[in-house]
Amino acid sequence: MTATAPHPEIGKAPRPPASLRPRRGPGVLIRTLPLVPSVVLLLLFLAGPIVYCVWIAFTDLQLTGQAQESFVGFDNFTRAFGDEAFLNAVWLTLVFTVVSSLIGQNTLGLALAALMQRASKPVRTLTGGIVVTAWVLPEVVAGFLLYAFFRREGTLNAILDWLHLPSQNWLFTLPILAVSFANVWRGTAFSMLVYSAALNEIPKEITEAAEVDGAGGRRRMWHITLPMIRRSIGTNLMLNTLQTLSVFGLIWVMTRGGPGGRSQTLPLFMYEQAFQNSLIGYGTAVALLLLLVGSLFSLVYLRLLRTEV
Amino acid sequence: MRPTAALTPFLALVLAATTLTACGGGSGSDPDTVKVSFKQSTDNSVKVMDTYLADIKKQFEKANPGKKVELVPIKAPDSEYYTKLQQMLRSPKTAPDLVYEDTFLINSDITSGYLKPLDAYLAKWPDWNRFIDTAKAAAKGEDGKTYGVPDGTDTRGLWFDKGVFAKAGLPADWQPKTWNDVLSAARAIKKKVPGVIPLNVYTGKPVGEAATMQTFEMLLYGTNDGGTDPLYDKNTKKWIAGGQGFEDALGFVETVYKEKLGPDVSDALDPNVMTRVRGEWLPKGELGIALDGSWLPQDWLPGSGHEWPEWSKKLGLAAMPTQHGQAPGKVSMSGGWTWAVPAKAGNPDLAFEFIKTMQTKANAQKWYVANSGIAVREDVAKDPAYATAQPGIKFFTDLVRSTHYRPAYPAYPKVSTAIQEAMEGVTTGDTTVGEAARGYTDALKDATDNQVVER
Repeated sequence: MTATAPHPEIGKAPRPPASLRPRRGPGVLIRTLPLVPSVVLLLLFLAGPIVYCVWIAFTDLQLTGQAQESFVGFDNFTRAFGDEAFLNAVWLTLVFTVVSSLIGQNTLGLALAALMQRASKPVRTLTGGIVVTAWVLPEVVAGFLLYAFFRREGTLNAILDWLHLPSQNWLFTLPILAVSFANVWRGTAFSMLVYSAALNEIPKEITEAAEVDGAGGRRRMWHITLPMIRRSIGTNLMLNTLQTLSVFGLIWVMTRGGPGGRSQTLPLFMYEQAFQNSLIGYGTAVALLLLLVGSLFSLVYLRLLRTEV
Repeated sequence: MRPTAALTPFLALVLAATTLTACGGGSGSDPDTVKVSFKQSTDNSVKVMDTYLADIKKQFEKANPGKKVELVPIKAPDSEYYTKLQQMLRSPKTAPDLVYEDTFLINSDITSGYLKPLDAYLAKWPDWNRFIDTAKAAAKGEDGKTYGVPDGTDTRGLWFDKGVFAKAGLPADWQPKTWNDVLSAARAIKKKVPGVIPLNVYTGKPVGEAATMQTFEMLLYGTNDGGTDPLYDKNTKKWIAGGQGFEDALGFVETVYKEKLGPDVSDALDPNVMTRVRGEWLPKGELGIALDGSWLPQDWLPGSGHEWPEWSKKLGLAAMPTQHGQAPGKVSMSGGWTWAVPAKAGNPDLAFEFIKTMQTKANAQKWYVANSGIAVREDVAKDPAYATAQPGIKFFTDLVRSTHYRPAYPAYPKVSTAIQEAMEGVTTGDTTVGEAARGYTDALKDATDNQVVER
């Protein structure tokens, strides 16, 4: 928006002398006035904490046991890269994201959406309802349900026993897989909804034309459906990944990152450093590194989105 | 400048000012209300502290007309309680007037400047002279000032189930002389009484300080000569690197979990295992031996939610032995909690008045008994009504003679976490004892700015 918007001819015509130009100042001010509250609020409550956060990451601020914090430069970051527990957390975060978000939520969501397209209405409503329920549940409740499902005396082992299969203490032997599964269980609904909407947008004629040309189901999927919903895939991947990267409550409730750090993803590591070891500065630095991981993923997806179909 | 031109900056200012003050106006301290923060049990049926404080609140409000007490319970496991409290103490808007502080953390919080020295108040309070010296020192900062009034102390020992022991062919007056005696009793239980957890020792980060103090230090302080502090060298003011004693103590923990003498590892690393030990395993006879604190019966007293008056008949008590039975033959650790006034408290004077009400002889005695605490007031300790109020009090009070205090210096909480990490490693079997001890030494250097000495 510019001050001269009501007089479009002014932009093209040579500028009249200053004395003849419409008064700019007050016009701009009055028109931007309604924006001021939101800008102030954003600066205050969004930018403020972020700037403060970045500052803390460069100090050795502690929650307790320290009289005065001091600026330490990049110490927190170099420390992180020499910290085995941090590298372990990065690795687990990547495993968790790839398994639960990229492979799990995304693929399963697409599969569900594709199947539901062909299903009869009652089946569609029922499936949709069940899947969405998992998504509607608060994170902590979902975490607790899955804790009860996976634990040694839990439902899963009861089922395995009944089938005469060897039972496992899932939360102990394969904690990262258990929490990944939990995340898939909880987050698939979102992908399913996105893909359902996208699939409905594909014009019937194109699919029909492909069918007439003799393309089978798999070829139609690969050559018609996927390219046409490519943008939705990009958006969905981005949202899913960012959400999964910051999952905390689910894992905290199920395993607390244990045993022995075997399900400790970056958000849990960050929490442990900042609030249990009282190293607020170090914890914040880790949080910024997590932000970096997130933006790397986002960059890849943004590229995917940019290319025209 | 035209009048409208000045409007934007002006409006921005007004907006910023109003939003800022809107956050600031929140809690503001009322001069007639004293806010008291304490740790509420994560077990909903345990109301020991709630009941006691409600009673004191009534007394206080009656004695000080016009004044009000607002109880601000923090319901969290130990480690999260500390964090929440520290966050509240950072700002005058959230700082309560009185807080319940663990002696383990108090030095660290003093260094952070979260607490107010109480010397001026204590000098004018005659009852302070009734407190035993070690207790007075519990909340003393490195600057020599006192920052908290202890409400009791505790000791630690072995609790054992006489029923389980009878089935395993072990004596009802069991008193192990060495660590091996403890382990062989556990092995006997494992062999002869299936379905019972032979021995519980807390371990790993999920239980926090309980793993360090109830288990690790109870072992570590019984190694070497059983006398000098194995964690901190007072002369050089340096922390001691993981040596032979440290490895032996880790070895004990490793043995317990490797031979499956303890609870299932996933249960041991569950943050709520402490609640299960006292609420479930011991009362139901599912646990043979528990290395635990003197305060356990507080959960079994009338009004606690799961009364278990027969506990004194069902459970036996034994002192934790030193490693090879070296003098003095037994080990105990002592800690305890104190009442402290935050530096940013709005009503420190009124807060201290509340401490005084809590610490009259009658109220202090009531609390020691309700909390299964060990008295820190001499007059109460000598009172026969206290010594006989509960079975076990005499046993645990006698342990005070062979007890140790933690080197609760500012770095201690981080040292404690390093110990818990080493324990967790050997518990899950991820690391060997040697690796865990070396990991501890590295973490120790990190936590204490290299103030570490090899021994």
